[in-house]
Amino acid sequence: MSPAGPPAAGLAIATEGLTKRFGDVAAVDGVDLAVPSGSVYGFLGPNGSGKTTTIRMLLGLISPTAGSWDLLGRRMPGGAATALAEVGALIEGPAFYPWLSGRDNLARLDAAGPDGRRATRRARIDDALARVGLTAAAAKKYRAYSLGMRQRLGLAAALLRPRQLLVLDEPTNGMDPQGTREIRSLVRDLAGEGTTVFLSSHLLAEIEQVCTHVGVMANGRLLSQGTLADLRAASTARLRVSVDDPARAAGILAGLGMADPTVEGADVVTALDGHAPEAVNRALVLADVAVSGLAVERPSLEDLFVSLTGEGFDVAR
Amino acid sequence: MWPAELRHLFRRTRVRALLVVLFAIPFLLTVAVKLNGGPSAGRGPTFLSQVSENGVFAALAGLTVTIPFFLPLTVAVVAGDAISGEASTGTLRYLLARPAGRGRLLAVKGATVVVFCLAAGLAVAVGGLVGGAIFFPLGRVITLSGTTIGLADGIGRALLAALVVGASLLGLAAIGVFVSTVTDVPVGAMAVTAGVAVLSLVLDSVPQVAFLHPWLFTHDELAFGDLLRSPVTWHGIWRDLALQAGYVGVFGSAAWARFTSRDVLA
Repeated sequence: MSPAGPPAAGLAIATEGLTKRFGDVAAVDGVDLAVPSGSVYGFLGPNGSGKTTTIRMLLGLISPTAGSWDLLGRRMPGGAATALAEVGALIEGPAFYPWLSGRDNLARLDAAGPDGRRATRRARIDDALARVGLTAAAAKKYRAYSLGMRQRLGLAAALLRPRQLLVLDEPTNGMDPQGTREIRSLVRDLAGEGTTVFLSSHLLAEIEQVCTHVGVMANGRLLSQGTLADLRAASTARLRVSVDDPARAAGILAGLGMADPTVEGADVVTALDGHAPEAVNRALVLADVAVSGLAVERPSLEDLFVSLTGEGFDVAR
Repeated sequence: MWPAELRHLFRRTRVRALLVVLFAIPFLLTVAVKLNGGPSAGRGPTFLSQVSENGVFAALAGLTVTIPFFLPLTVAVVAGDAISGEASTGTLRYLLARPAGRGRLLAVKGATVVVFCLAAGLAVAVGGLVGGAIFFPLGRVITLSGTTIGLADGIGRALLAALVVGASLLGLAAIGVFVSTVTDVPVGAMAVTAGVAVLSLVLDSVPQVAFLHPWLFTHDELAFGDLLRSPVTWHGIWRDLALQAGYVGVFGSAAWARFTSRDVLA
């Protein structure tokens, strides 16, 4: 939860005071990102919060108004040629030539930059297509692809060569649940191979399931970043017990030193506050309270998000 | 990247269609002359009256007919699409993140446009030569100076004329590439480029701005005719090529300055 320090070794992405103004509006305002190498970093924020502008700056597509950034340990934008060769990216949705097949699109992109060795191109394209499940549609024109297939081709392009860092902007956009699950497992596999994944998404459940680190953006500012565990620890878990005699149970819980047990129907709810749930259960049962249910409720990422930004996932402005 | 980019350009249906039309125009010209007879000497477009005597002249007549409008139009379409086309498909951001390198991408795009200009000129000349060979006799060529040169020499000069015509389109091509770095809308860049070509032609015909004429990129576009003199007078051709090089320098630099510094939001 602490703000990022100065760019340090071991960070795949490090920014300092990264700012982009469009006229009077600061789309991104003093962002200090610290994305550790090997992490799966979830980049969260409502639409219009500056996620995509940040990603475009990281990749050198737009120049920041102020601030500096390092990509894979290289100072940008000077190190773009070497750093970007190690980065696979999906930026604001896939974009390919509609009149070319999926395979030809990948070949063209591969030929357009460094390390796209021709001798291995065919095999690498086959691998990438297989990895995203597009082998059967490789020869189809991109124009005929569905949104989900286009997204998969975009991922295949990012996987054409081994990368140290993948920057994926909304990778499951337009995909069916099955496809979403496949992408999730793909991200896990890649992370397992040591690739750092910077994953922007507004699907909190998705982030929660694959990410080790989280950064939350709102109104162009980075409100919070850290490991998912830290973020969770900073929030309070609650205990909910369903009992036959809520009033008496509330008294027992208060007797255990738990803060403010409140009765909600047949339930008693209180902050867990470091108490062991099994000890609470034992105390209730020994006092002859019939316990029909006991649950520890941790706030979902969505609750955390709302508590941080004070808003839901509406357009910020 | 360079051969891949060339392949990419010439496999586009649009580019192929343009080249087919460029080939067809002089070819249809020969058909028309065959069916109706050519104009009498001194009337109609330059070289057209000689076509029925010698098919080689169909190539030169084709170049004369296409250079004011159709050739500049095809160049406007291809050059205006160079960067803005990538921006409009969104592929520009992926090429730059690849990283293709902005300066390098612009250079490669510019080089393919140059190849297209030369190919466009050659398409016209070849279309004329094919039509001329089918419908009319080919033979020794009588030059504008009244001397006679061999058929091979004549065909060689017609093809050289095509390359000179292609090169005389490079100024316009540079303007088109520059405009394509300014906008993300390819149709807009094509229209502006074509408009500039027309403007140059119009200004060239207005005597009140005669001081401008030597600086217009269309001014010496018919200089290729000097290749049919004996001996060849190179003065006009060199002047034209130097002017085109000037335009390429100015607008190439402007395109570079613009493209290497702009924010890519498409």
